[in-house]
Amino acid sequence: MHAPDGFLNAGTAVATGAVSAGTIAVALRRTREQLRDKQVPLAGISAAFIFAAQMFNFPVAAGTTGHLLGGALAAILLGPATGALVVTVVVVVQALAFADGGLTALGYNVLNMAVITSFGGYAIFLLLRRLLPSNATGVILATGVAAGLSVVLSSMAFSIEWLFGATAPVPFDTVFGAMVGVHLLIGIGEAIISALAVGAVLVARPDLVYGVKDLDRATLAERPAMGMRGFLIGGVLVALLFAVVVSQFAAPDPDGLERVATDTGFIDSAQDHAFGSSVFADYATTGVANETLSLAIAGTAGVVITLAVGSGLFFALRDRRREPDRDHHHAAV
Amino acid sequence: MDIRDVHFAYPDGRKALRGVDLRIEHGQRVALLGPNGAGKTTLALHCNGIYEADAGSIHIGALPVTDANLPEIRRCVGLVFQDPDDQLFMPTVRDDVAFGPANLGLRGEELDVRVAEALDAVGAADVAGRAPHHLSGGEQRRVALATVQAMRPDLLVLDEPTSGLDPAGRRELVDVLRGLSITQLVITHDLPFALELCERAVIMNDGRATADGATADLLVDQGLLHANRLELPFGFDPAVARRDNRPTSPR
Amino acid sequence: MGAGHAHALYVHEHSPVHRLAPQVKLAAAFGFVLAVAVTPREAMWAFAIDAAALAVVVRLARLPVAFVLARLAVILPFITFAFLIPFVGSGERVDVLGVSVSQAGLWGAWNVLAKATLGATVSILLAGTTEIPSILRGMAQLRVPETFTAIAAFMIRYLELIAGDLRRMRTAMTARGYDPRWLWQARPIATSAGALFIRSYERGERVHAAMLSRGYTGTMPALDRRVATKREWLIAAIAPGVATGTAITAFLALM
Repeated sequence: MHAPDGFLNAGTAVATGAVSAGTIAVALRRTREQLRDKQVPLAGISAAFIFAAQMFNFPVAAGTTGHLLGGALAAILLGPATGALVVTVVVVVQALAFADGGLTALGYNVLNMAVITSFGGYAIFLLLRRLLPSNATGVILATGVAAGLSVVLSSMAFSIEWLFGATAPVPFDTVFGAMVGVHLLIGIGEAIISALAVGAVLVARPDLVYGVKDLDRATLAERPAMGMRGFLIGGVLVALLFAVVVSQFAAPDPDGLERVATDTGFIDSAQDHAFGSSVFADYATTGVANETLSLAIAGTAGVVITLAVGSGLFFALRDRRREPDRDHHHAAV
Repeated sequence: MDIRDVHFAYPDGRKALRGVDLRIEHGQRVALLGPNGAGKTTLALHCNGIYEADAGSIHIGALPVTDANLPEIRRCVGLVFQDPDDQLFMPTVRDDVAFGPANLGLRGEELDVRVAEALDAVGAADVAGRAPHHLSGGEQRRVALATVQAMRPDLLVLDEPTSGLDPAGRRELVDVLRGLSITQLVITHDLPFALELCERAVIMNDGRATADGATADLLVDQGLLHANRLELPFGFDPAVARRDNRPTSPR
Repeated sequence: MGAGHAHALYVHEHSPVHRLAPQVKLAAAFGFVLAVAVTPREAMWAFAIDAAALAVVVRLARLPVAFVLARLAVILPFITFAFLIPFVGSGERVDVLGVSVSQAGLWGAWNVLAKATLGATVSILLAGTTEIPSILRGMAQLRVPETFTAIAAFMIRYLELIAGDLRRMRTAMTARGYDPRWLWQARPIATSAGALFIRSYERGERVHAAMLSRGYTGTMPALDRRVATKREWLIAAIAPGVATGTAITAFLALM
């Protein structure tokens, strides 16, 4: 996911950069209110945890491994604002000090990997919390699905950015289908690891899980044991359902490879891209097989992401009034 | 330092301190002994107001430990944490030692001088530019001490300063601590270390101070040690050690 | 999706590039990459000039060429993607070695390839010649909020420690014969991730107590500000200047 330079055009890089910077400024203020003078040490060490958690390789199948992205996990453990801030710190330091992800790609990398996974993931988590029982099982399930879908949301966001800022004439629906398809699989791993990790914290220190600050220990303890297998089957079913729905929309045009040339010469389209202007206008000429359908998918995905991230932000800011003090520390200071 | 009838319970209800009384005179070095869970570290965190007592009072000199006095209390009580990794949080040793005095408002050359002094005092001037996590265990301890010394405290509270140190590191630490002429409260499981460093020792158990006296006297009382889950290392005889070891500096 | 990058890229050397103030290097890196990003892809010669400029800086910085090339592997997954573009791309098609590919797709692939490689080289140069605390100080000098850089500094400080915890947990699991191959065997890993979070959080609280003990009131004291000289700014402006000039020339040439 750490996209390098040159993947999206300069306009998209700048626009996503502005959105990311604005959101992080809000998140910085919000975590300051939430953690007060603990902001720097707690957010810093949590960022180290997320960075380390990304090194957690877990088995996928037959010896191949995947690893955690951690945005939704961070949001559920620390709250959406702190989660977004912490993952942003990870992504920025990875770009500047580890040369992982392009410098001009920072805008969309932060947006996709930190902002959308944290705020979007947290919104889905809260929504599911309302639908599921208020006990540990409900929370764990909500965590899993939210974490899995946060990865899918992130891939959808990338596809939409591609629609605006593509640097190559690959149709939106192809990118969307491929990105979302791959990330559905990645999402399953993310879901299971996040859910079990939150489950482990709930057993030992439920007071550290931001996402359950409304529940007390007793409610959480009502805990019909749920086997790993049951959870896995559930997760796969949800993913399959999602895959079917997505493929309905996003079936890549079968004759996409043999698509007849458009009447646009490549220099024209190429130059348009190079100048990075009027991208939205020329994307149609750079080859979308089915314009209406693509726009419909893009529009729907855009609305879903906006709703999720928007309500995540809303919850993050609303909690400010609801929750005067979340102090885990025993200190009276 | 005067601690009077201090009680403290954690938010989860666990009672950590059940009426501790402890008075330390200026210039004394006192060892605080006791089993795990006796409340030693909790008491240490009360000395500079990190924890606030549920009942009782703590005075540092004439100053009560209250919210209003915290800045001054934290300047004059230096707390050295058990794990140097908790104590050393800045990117370089120099920044770490500068953190405390900078919070006191020191800047520029004045700050540099203070940092250099503190590092010199613990013999760690040569590691100023290094990252704390790249130091050896002994170096980490001494730098941790320097971060506190840089604030020029009147009272030093050390939480298990010898844990995890190799014998040479431990020896260097003893030398450094002996060289400091300020009041010290040393929490430790290391009884020979306590004997070597401190004239007086206090034993804590189950949230109370259960014994108080000359370190040498307490350590020869097998019954007392046993009752408080304390044990001398195999082959160590406090009476002999007292005679054979170099004498503790006169108070 | 490469994982396991626990080690920073810094290469200890005493080169002129190492000595430049970090804020100057950060600004130059961003300037250079931005110039490359807006360079029209048809101007292949422009990228050659940019690459030559970078090669000179790499040489000045005394970074081993093998090291730079090895680190470039980070972008390999995306390069693979770039090679697919001509096949799935739309537009006018041409035959290359008997395979029909999209011509605009070829340009797209070239665009990603060139810009990603140059961009990654710039990142490697920055990280290879600047220690992380310096990078963070440079960011603060460039008006990145200090809270943000302070959080990043704490992350770097505790990363090795937490990664070490992680390694020990792994070793302990392996020592007891744990060798997961399938996703449903991942429960112990996830559980240790939870345990690691608790440990990290508790560490955060202890560090906070240690900070309070030394008079912390919620604002990190500003330490060691290095002001960059005009000369440093001028020297650092050379490479991005070349790239910008190249980009403008390329624009004009293609008009």
